[in-house]
Amino acid sequence: MPQAWFVFKKEWTSYFTSPVAYIVISIFLLVTGWFFFSTFFIFNQADLRNFFAMLPLIFSFVVPAITMRLFSEELNIGSIETLLTLPVTRVQVIVGKFAAAVAFVAAMMLPTLAYPASISLMGRLDWGPVIGGYLGAILLGGAFAAIGLFASSLTRSQIIAFIVATAICFGLTLISRILFFLPETIVGVLAYLGTDHHFQNIAKGVVDTRDVVYFASVAFIGLYATHLSLREKD
Amino acid sequence: MGTQPVSRENEMIQVEALTKQFGAFRAVNGISFNIARGEILGLLGPNGAGKTTTLRMLTGFLKPTSGTIRVAGQPMDDQGLALKRMMGYLPESAPLYHDLLVFDYLRYVAEIRGLRAGARIERIRQLADICQIGDVMHKPIGVLSKGYKQRVGLAHAMMSDPQILILDEPTSGLDPNQIVEIREIIRQIGREKTVVLSTHILPEAEATCDRILIIHQGTIVADGATDQIKRSAAGEQRIHLTVAHADPEAVRDRLGKIDGVADVATETPANGTLPVVLVCRGEADLRGAVYHEIRQTDWDLLEFYRETQTLETIFRKLTRED
Repeated sequence: MPQAWFVFKKEWTSYFTSPVAYIVISIFLLVTGWFFFSTFFIFNQADLRNFFAMLPLIFSFVVPAITMRLFSEELNIGSIETLLTLPVTRVQVIVGKFAAAVAFVAAMMLPTLAYPASISLMGRLDWGPVIGGYLGAILLGGAFAAIGLFASSLTRSQIIAFIVATAICFGLTLISRILFFLPETIVGVLAYLGTDHHFQNIAKGVVDTRDVVYFASVAFIGLYATHLSLREKD
Repeated sequence: MGTQPVSRENEMIQVEALTKQFGAFRAVNGISFNIARGEILGLLGPNGAGKTTTLRMLTGFLKPTSGTIRVAGQPMDDQGLALKRMMGYLPESAPLYHDLLVFDYLRYVAEIRGLRAGARIERIRQLADICQIGDVMHKPIGVLSKGYKQRVGLAHAMMSDPQILILDEPTSGLDPNQIVEIREIIRQIGREKTVVLSTHILPEAEATCDRILIIHQGTIVADGATDQIKRSAAGEQRIHLTVAHADPEAVRDRLGKIDGVADVATETPANGTLPVVLVCRGEADLRGAVYHEIRQTDWDLLEFYRETQTLETIFRKLTRED
């Protein structure tokens, strides 16, 4: 499907022709950099555990900011009509836009490679959890991007798309932190639904199929819901 | 026509009993028509008549509630990729990405349309020439004036040299010179390609289209060649004249006696002149008889003309709200 590739290319260039990309990347680096290094020297340990521990929370509002534009803008200016009457399928459009969002998350993570690089100079760094953490970050970014894409396909307002996506992502992240208050019978199910638990597993350096399947399913559900929501607009 | 079989080869688009329902509102109500290859069809109607909805269904953007659309004999299915390849579509007011440069946008369309990598630049250059957008190629679409945006939209629609061109109000927002240019472009394309355009500007439909379809409240109220519609809606003609030094009573009396005059209406005299409207039966031209009659009096004839049935009067008659 070369069409999906062209959609991807267009979205990718759009990210960097507007200032939004630079703002989002700067904020992301500032927030992660500050929170990570402000405690790093207190713990006095050469690992990135704290960095990856807060990633789901930070992604919960950064990734929706990346995806909010993707369909809302098309709906708002009406370009969805020019787009969908070109010889592309909805699936190609969705895949292209989703891939662009995930690629953007990857690009945003790229500068943070300076953290493990500089830490490895200070002490013995175990690279296993680091690689797992970055892999997990991409999987998490993909799942949240699919949710964000769905929220974006619901409304022509980017702000509403952002708030809806943030609410869902925050909800999924926070589930594991409120398990304490819940009856024991549903704890198992809810613990599985929460992102945090799965992400931290991978960030430990243990890439378990169950966790990968979890992120893949969230992404698939998000993308499928986007497909349905676009089809409903007929 | 009805059940009589139509020759299929020459029909590019066949629409049958097309209906679109939005909640309780029926935007398009069971319309049927065919469009021949190489025909320029004008979809005419007041605002909210269902023109845009019809075009959106033709392009596959909206799914009909019921009814069928066939393009080149193929039924329109859910996504209709093959059919989308045959069509170029310019939606109303050309909704295009604001942040892309015109050139980047056209290249994107060329890519999606499947033009070969080598042919893209060449085609964009041609279109820049045809649509005269060469000097805005490197501006973001968002800063363009409405006329330029419209022309970029036209270039977008014509990118793959499609068999069918569907244009929703192609000349809205253009200045008179540009309108003439765009009409010329449409006429040229229409020699080989099928063009469907919507408009609520009558002279435009008259100047550009081979055939006109008048839509009102979701149904077709007239369908035919421009002059055919004019003829069918005729049957009554009016002669306007203005006379001076005439008594209204005498005018009514004298002109009312002419054979074929159904009614003489005089307005209040102003500055000693008297406007008169003669309503005539049938198609015979009564101007000679009226002039002859007036010559025998001592009235001064200041103004004298026959109202021809313009598309405008027909349109108003057909789409008047009851």
